Amino acid sequence: MDESDISFFKDGLRLDGRRADQLRPIKIEVGVLARADGSCYIEMGGNKVIAAVYGPREVHPRHLQEITRAIVRYRYNMASFSVEERKRPGPDRRSHELSKVSREALEPVILTSFFPRSVIDVFVEVLQADAGTRTAGINAAAVALADAGIPMKSMISSCAAGKVEDTIVLDPMKEEDNFGQADLPIAMTPNGDITLMQMDGNLTPDEFHGAVEMAMKGARDIYELQRKALVDKYSKMVEKTGQEEVHACD
Amino acid sequence: MPVTNVISEIKKDFIYNHLLKGERVDGRTFDQYREISIERDVIRKAEGSALVKLGSSQVLVGVKMQPGEPFQDSPSRGVIITNAELVPLASPSFEPGPPNEMGIELARLVDRGVRESKAIDLEALCIVPGKQVWIVFIDVHILDDCGNILDAAALGAIAALMSTKVPASRFGLGEDYILPIRDIPIATTTIEFNDVLMLDPGVDEEAIANTRLTIITTANGNICGAQKSGTGMLKPEQVYRIIDIACEKAKEIREKFLEA
Repeated sequence: MDESDISFFKDGLRLDGRRADQLRPIKIEVGVLARADGSCYIEMGGNKVIAAVYGPREVHPRHLQEITRAIVRYRYNMASFSVEERKRPGPDRRSHELSKVSREALEPVILTSFFPRSVIDVFVEVLQADAGTRTAGINAAAVALADAGIPMKSMISSCAAGKVEDTIVLDPMKEEDNFGQADLPIAMTPNGDITLMQMDGNLTPDEFHGAVEMAMKGARDIYELQRKALVDKYSKMVEKTGQEEVHACD
Repeated sequence: MPVTNVISEIKKDFIYNHLLKGERVDGRTFDQYREISIERDVIRKAEGSALVKLGSSQVLVGVKMQPGEPFQDSPSRGVIITNAELVPLASPSFEPGPPNEMGIELARLVDRGVRESKAIDLEALCIVPGKQVWIVFIDVHILDDCGNILDAAALGAIAALMSTKVPASRFGLGEDYILPIRDIPIATTTIEFNDVLMLDPGVDEEAIANTRLTIITTANGNICGAQKSGTGMLKPEQVYRIIDIACEKAKEIREKFLEA
């Protein structure tokens, strides 16, 4: 099937009824795993992604340790049942690349120098995929890092913009991603410092500009949701424990 | 773990002090590439090949083709498979073994340029729809890593493809013909260090900067691929500036080396 076979807009709205600059519904839950030091479950449209953070903890194998800072490891993994056609389990080239850029999206804000010779492990499992799994993974991972009490300079929020029928759209869904003309995921701090940027497809320099602006706007909205999810969890904990001291994590 | 080049503090200071004066250690301007040379058809056994020298960096790209099965979702299109070997002879920090993250990222970026620019006419590589199509193997061999091997590899890939002959006669599929090429993607990499943007980083410059942005452009000046790499951050204004520089440089390189 070609892009020309599909019409992406009906009465000015997208196939799922969104405007061009509208995000899919997002749900964020903090602290969903008991064993992990920090965790987060996120739904972005049809994506269901769970992230766990372990650490700072001892590095194995030990030769990987850095004497001046903690290392950060990020593992992006897709469940074999998360996509239409079964994905062969285990890492492939795509997941290696996504793990690398996702780690590099988060590392700039993590205060790794606080924990020399240790590792902060971030594990991201994609349970259901619907275009935008890397951005969902990064959003969940950033919240999980905060939930684990890892010192960070700021939050990281991630969102993609795409192009379909020569129109720039926010947060492309599966059809728009598969048959669209471009995909541009970014991640950034609330200040607008970009920590991840990838792009494939075809964009004029002006469209590229517009897509970056739109993705940044989406990321800003997602930041508010991440913040709210964290505040909700921890304010509930305070209510529950009353005057007692609040213990992190459990 | 990623392979990293270690650089002494004193060298780092040296490079940094030059930057403050608006200079690069090898005397280039910030938007100047090292000397580029492309030699084609260097490997007779390959269907297409190119040896690219970017300053002292050397990258050899070979293209092999063979008939094979198409993907189910594109039954009448040829297949592109891109691989990169960061062999240990190219750098003290490369190790033997399966490709690491850096090698995978490099291969995937070279692939992204060729694929997203639609440089190869994949429809023309169909032999029997649904049954048999041509598989194009693009293999990148890094020989000497003196910095910015990505741009050199991407340049080598398109140069090799432009010199590729489809080996139809060897497989009893008619006469050999030139691989149809429809676009010339060019990758340009810029590093950022203390708000200075530098094109075509050398190996020491790569070691001091922790942010880089690669932009891949097509012949009509559009962008068909981008990737930020490294553990730093970029301001949107820096991104837009890099795009402006990248588009201009890519045009120069394309006209000078590939459209002759």
